Amino acid sequence: MDVPYSPPRRRRRGVALALVTGMVAVAALSGCSSQGGGSGAPTLTWYINPDSGGQAEIAQRCSAQSGGAYSIKTSLLPRQASSQREQLARRLAAGDTSLDIMSLDPPFVPELAEPGFLAPVPAALAQSSTADAVEGAVKGATWKGKVVAVPFWANTQLLWYKKSVAQQAGLDMSKPVTWDQLMDAARKTHKQLGVQGIRAESMTVWVNALYESQGQSIITNPGAPGDQIQLGLDSPAGQEAARIVGTIGRDGLGGPGIATQNEDVTRQNWQGPDGSFMVNWPFVYTAAQSAVKEGTLDKSVLDDMGWALYPRVSADKETAPPFGGIVLGVGAKSRHVDQAFQAVKCITSTQNQSYYFVSNGNPPASKAAYDDPEVQKAYPMANVIRQSLELAKPRPQTQFYNEVSTGIQQRWTPLDAVTQQTPKETQDFITAVLKGDRLL
Amino acid sequence: MSSTATTAIPAASAAQAPEKQGRRRVSERTRSERRLGWILAGPAFIIMVAVTIYPILQAFYDSLFSFRLTAPGERRFIGLQNYGVVFSDSVFWRDLGVTVLITVITVAVELVLGFALALVMNNALKRMRGLLRTAILIPYGTITVVSAFAWFYMFDINSGYVNTWFSWLPGIGPDFDWFGSAAPALFVIMASEIWKTTPFISLLLLSGLAQVPSELTEAAKVDGASWWERMSRVIIPNMRAAIMVAVLFRALDAFRIFDNIFIMTNGAYGTETLSLLAYRTSIGRLEIGLGSAVSVVLFLLVILIAIIAIKGFKVDLASRGVK
Repeated sequence: MDVPYSPPRRRRRGVALALVTGMVAVAALSGCSSQGGGSGAPTLTWYINPDSGGQAEIAQRCSAQSGGAYSIKTSLLPRQASSQREQLARRLAAGDTSLDIMSLDPPFVPELAEPGFLAPVPAALAQSSTADAVEGAVKGATWKGKVVAVPFWANTQLLWYKKSVAQQAGLDMSKPVTWDQLMDAARKTHKQLGVQGIRAESMTVWVNALYESQGQSIITNPGAPGDQIQLGLDSPAGQEAARIVGTIGRDGLGGPGIATQNEDVTRQNWQGPDGSFMVNWPFVYTAAQSAVKEGTLDKSVLDDMGWALYPRVSADKETAPPFGGIVLGVGAKSRHVDQAFQAVKCITSTQNQSYYFVSNGNPPASKAAYDDPEVQKAYPMANVIRQSLELAKPRPQTQFYNEVSTGIQQRWTPLDAVTQQTPKETQDFITAVLKGDRLL
Repeated sequence: MSSTATTAIPAASAAQAPEKQGRRRVSERTRSERRLGWILAGPAFIIMVAVTIYPILQAFYDSLFSFRLTAPGERRFIGLQNYGVVFSDSVFWRDLGVTVLITVITVAVELVLGFALALVMNNALKRMRGLLRTAILIPYGTITVVSAFAWFYMFDINSGYVNTWFSWLPGIGPDFDWFGSAAPALFVIMASEIWKTTPFISLLLLSGLAQVPSELTEAAKVDGASWWERMSRVIIPNMRAAIMVAVLFRALDAFRIFDNIFIMTNGAYGTETLSLLAYRTSIGRLEIGLGSAVSVVLFLLVILIAIIAIKGFKVDLASRGVK
């Protein structure tokens, strides 16, 4: 085959020119990103969890309000909370200076706070941001007695139900209900109980709520070093939790796909004809509304939707619903720590928290935001959410959260294999893992 | 791959004969060929060594420490203790078992299917050959993660259609959760793996088939050998190098399987393999020391497979072809 001839010198010059152009372009681009806005106001990078665009809108609002002190650009983290943690932890450990503001899932805060990856929150901001926040959000932002992050929004699970099914089962939903009552109702009505049985974080959320609802914490000495952590898993509360989880699994009350059912699948199944009661986050309400608007869900299902506080384990003891949400942390190695905290103050203002709830369905951490008439109008269950947040108990606080949570997930799934031995097995397993004697 | 092997034969054997009689007898031509060989392959070789040797040594070094990424101050030397933990843990042996099972089954099935496809391609009409080859290659061109999601949604109890389409089969129905226990989940994982990589094996085998001298098969035919005799006595023995390359490449690939499992089950319910264990330990738990130990063990096992394959097939690709 003929190859068109080109003189070697010209070709070499061409290659050299292309190389130099490439290098200049790379240098210019990297300069742009590191300087972030040149000599003027710094550009802060806010690493956000995926949402419906609310955080990007708040970033724009705060950039405009800063009067040129800073501008915020958002950068998207992976969808899974565990993947978000993996990325942030690796980059923080490597001293990445671009991590200015981070949306953090509260259980992962201790792991990042313990080695000093998070910049200390200024005393004034620590005080103002926690004074009005619900209790769970304050706990989630605190590590070893210090506020290490700023509460942004708070999440909690409610018991969602179909009013028609509750009526059919003869349950009075104006009074607190127990897990046993729900199991009986599902048996009686031949419907599915909406719980999350997938081997994932949602399993720890459920197990923790079952323990905390009996006044038992999974870790009894938070903050202890790995080999000294005391677990409360092997306890009478554990027996009761295992009885509930195991019965739902063995009796098939959660439906045939329980072993792979996450929060979103639970929501979809609940909307179907077999749905009855479901424990889930408030996004299910926004999702049902959207589905009705899109025409994929009959409006009668939305009209039939009821809500109540998370179920109790025993009738005479107050429930301890799961707690979630997002707190904001500032990277210790950020080049713009002061501006980042100014931005955090703006992002977490009561007004922005209300906006975020109304627009994206994520409940505020600030109590005052619940009094906002717009919030009350958009979310008829806002007061129940607020009450639930006051009762909510966070998941175990430890710098080894990943080990504790994964250990629980591995031993408490599949649900039908959970027996009275499960709490002890889980406790022994996690203890061995934390001592470095076992693989996870 | 095989074509490289065969073109190397004359050059290499020409070089070896005089070498036995002393270095001085090496001809100018051979020397310049060698020089050219180094000039062509040298830069790639140096880069390969630089980008592979460094991380391998670093991983081995890290595996001797108790080191958690989020506790850099507590890093301490513990010798081979991490290896002790790995080898004494049932999780490692279970994951090794799953990995070996997936490797053996997928490679065996792919070899049979791939050989059949290669025969079809080899014997197809000339006009059809290009089209056929492209059609067969499509699954291999799909990104593994994409194919994993496609297979996942196909079999998922909520979104999948397999349960409806195959409900006439005993045991399958709308309530069957493919990813809820080890056996069906592994079946889907392996089926997806086989669907995706059989084309790769078939292409390698096709190149092997093309290299079998037609005089041999024709002579066998004239001598009255049946189809099966021609296949087992003439064609397959002459394709040994191509079969070895196919088995070796696929075995090494299958042994490191990650994407399909990560997407479909994330290792739940007894579907975890060694790659996933290494990932979860190093990246999930941020236990760099223990995770590196798992990675080093995985690396050594991969080398072991390569040695077994090369010795087992008695093929030396670099110089003399089949021994």
